[in-house]
Amino acid sequence: MYPAISPLLHVPDGFLSPAVTAITWLLAAIAVWLAAHRAQTRFRERLIPLAGIMAAFIFAAQMINFPIAGGTSGHLVGAALAAIVLGPWMGILVMTAVIALQALLFQDGGLVAMGANILIMGVVPALGGYGLYRAVINHSRRLQLATAGVAAWFSVMAAALLTALLLGFSGTFSLRIAVPAMLGVHALIGLGEALITVAALSFIMNSRPQLLQESAATGSRGWIIAGGAIVLLVIFLSPFASGLPDGLEWVAQENGFLQAAREAPYQIMPDYTIPALGDTAVSTIVAGAVGAAIAGGGAWVVARLLPRLRSRKERAGS
Amino acid sequence: MVTASFDRYQRRDSIIHRLDARVKVVIAVLFIVSNVFLPDGAWLAFAIAWALVLLTVRLAQLALTSLLKRSLVALPFALAAVTIIFTHPGETLAAWRVGSWTITATEAGLVRFASIMLRSWISVQMALLLAATTPFPDLMHALRHLRVPAVLITIISFMYRYLFVVTDEAGRLLRARAARSARPAAGQGGGSLLWRARTAGNMVGQLLLRSVERSERVYNAMAARGYRGHFLTMNPHVMSARDWLACVVAVAWLVSAQMIGRL
Repeated sequence: MYPAISPLLHVPDGFLSPAVTAITWLLAAIAVWLAAHRAQTRFRERLIPLAGIMAAFIFAAQMINFPIAGGTSGHLVGAALAAIVLGPWMGILVMTAVIALQALLFQDGGLVAMGANILIMGVVPALGGYGLYRAVINHSRRLQLATAGVAAWFSVMAAALLTALLLGFSGTFSLRIAVPAMLGVHALIGLGEALITVAALSFIMNSRPQLLQESAATGSRGWIIAGGAIVLLVIFLSPFASGLPDGLEWVAQENGFLQAAREAPYQIMPDYTIPALGDTAVSTIVAGAVGAAIAGGGAWVVARLLPRLRSRKERAGS
Repeated sequence: MVTASFDRYQRRDSIIHRLDARVKVVIAVLFIVSNVFLPDGAWLAFAIAWALVLLTVRLAQLALTSLLKRSLVALPFALAAVTIIFTHPGETLAAWRVGSWTITATEAGLVRFASIMLRSWISVQMALLLAATTPFPDLMHALRHLRVPAVLITIISFMYRYLFVVTDEAGRLLRARAARSARPAAGQGGGSLLWRARTAGNMVGQLLLRSVERSERVYNAMAARGYRGHFLTMNPHVMSARDWLACVVAVAWLVSAQMIGRL
């Protein structure tokens, strides 16, 4: 019963070009080295058992799902949750272990493509997830939970965008199709991620708040900037990336497959644009902002409802 | 126990199984890197690379069918690459009219798509072979001797050790939820979406706290037994003549595949 979670974020071998492979390995190696260094100074000898068991936790938590609608189910990738609860460096380290074991033991994600996968599922979600959360650690609980939800959603979207970009640069996918398709699919996956992250965090805030207080302030304020940058990149880069001529596209085919991709049934906002605004960058940015607003609103509603549901349950129980 | 074992290792007494784990790791990685560098449409070179997989399967006394079945793991990803057939510039092979659009498949696109599929498929098989012929602890040990940072290796080894413990715990949570909730229709849970999400989230939070607490107990137990932050190993690696021979054969094989692919 091995959980196959969001297979589209585990890049297998053979899909990335040599140059992209080399660059992603270099960046991943630097990030993991830094993460190991920082986590070691914070946790000392406790590091190994904590990181190892938390990595096993992420793996196991990916099995826990809940039905959304029509046979799809929501589940967790876990990178944002790990970064929020354990601190960003530990989050990166834990996700790296998960990715390495999945590649070595289950061939889920490539061996040579592992550098890219560490960036996609380890580094970028930790930046986006923790960075946003770091901005509100001194604010009310409700705001913290809502922000964590938005951060979880953005961490999945940023991972999806990076995957699409890497595949586009490798000449494996056409950016114009890969970016909207990946973001479209992951807008839904991200929603499940956001809901579970908020609920799990709320549970931890009730049961063991010290755990969060210990971790929350470990990252410097620089993380807020990193988190904000990731969010801005997702909102602003998506439209331009999908409009980039990537040398692989047959531009003469104005009415060809690109049109078909736009009509994909799962896209609520076709090609990430608002139909009334036309197919412009502005339109896509507005669509991105609307998506962010919906995710934020959803997370806010959850954060509002959670205490109420809980107190009702407590009343029923007493 | 919910999960029997995660290990993909298949115990045999073969030449491949007896090879030094470091040699197997290096050959597998070189093999995949070599595939990345093979040009599109070098069918003969792909065939030669695949022949190395077949040879290894035979020498390792493994069943080819189960290997092929497992090699489909990358399929969902590969299917997404289908679009390249229609977007890659090149000579038109076929065009379909669907309503007001024309979908055009190009020859270059088809070649590129097939090459990507082959590259990925052959690489996955070699990764599978590595996992099937090397016990995971040996693999970790080999990586450590290949200068992968010890912190990382130890964390992954720990994860491997506690993988089934924590997944069992998750399995118990899932079973408890299933026992508590009636299932109205297949695949549809009861309650509102938010309620279901909250239940799943509580389970995740529960599992996280239990894992943190387990790590604290484990650490205390380790500290009590004299753990100082690093592990000792009693298994020295010695390269035998056979290990060197395997290296030479594999490298020569890959070099010839590259040369034929670039002819």
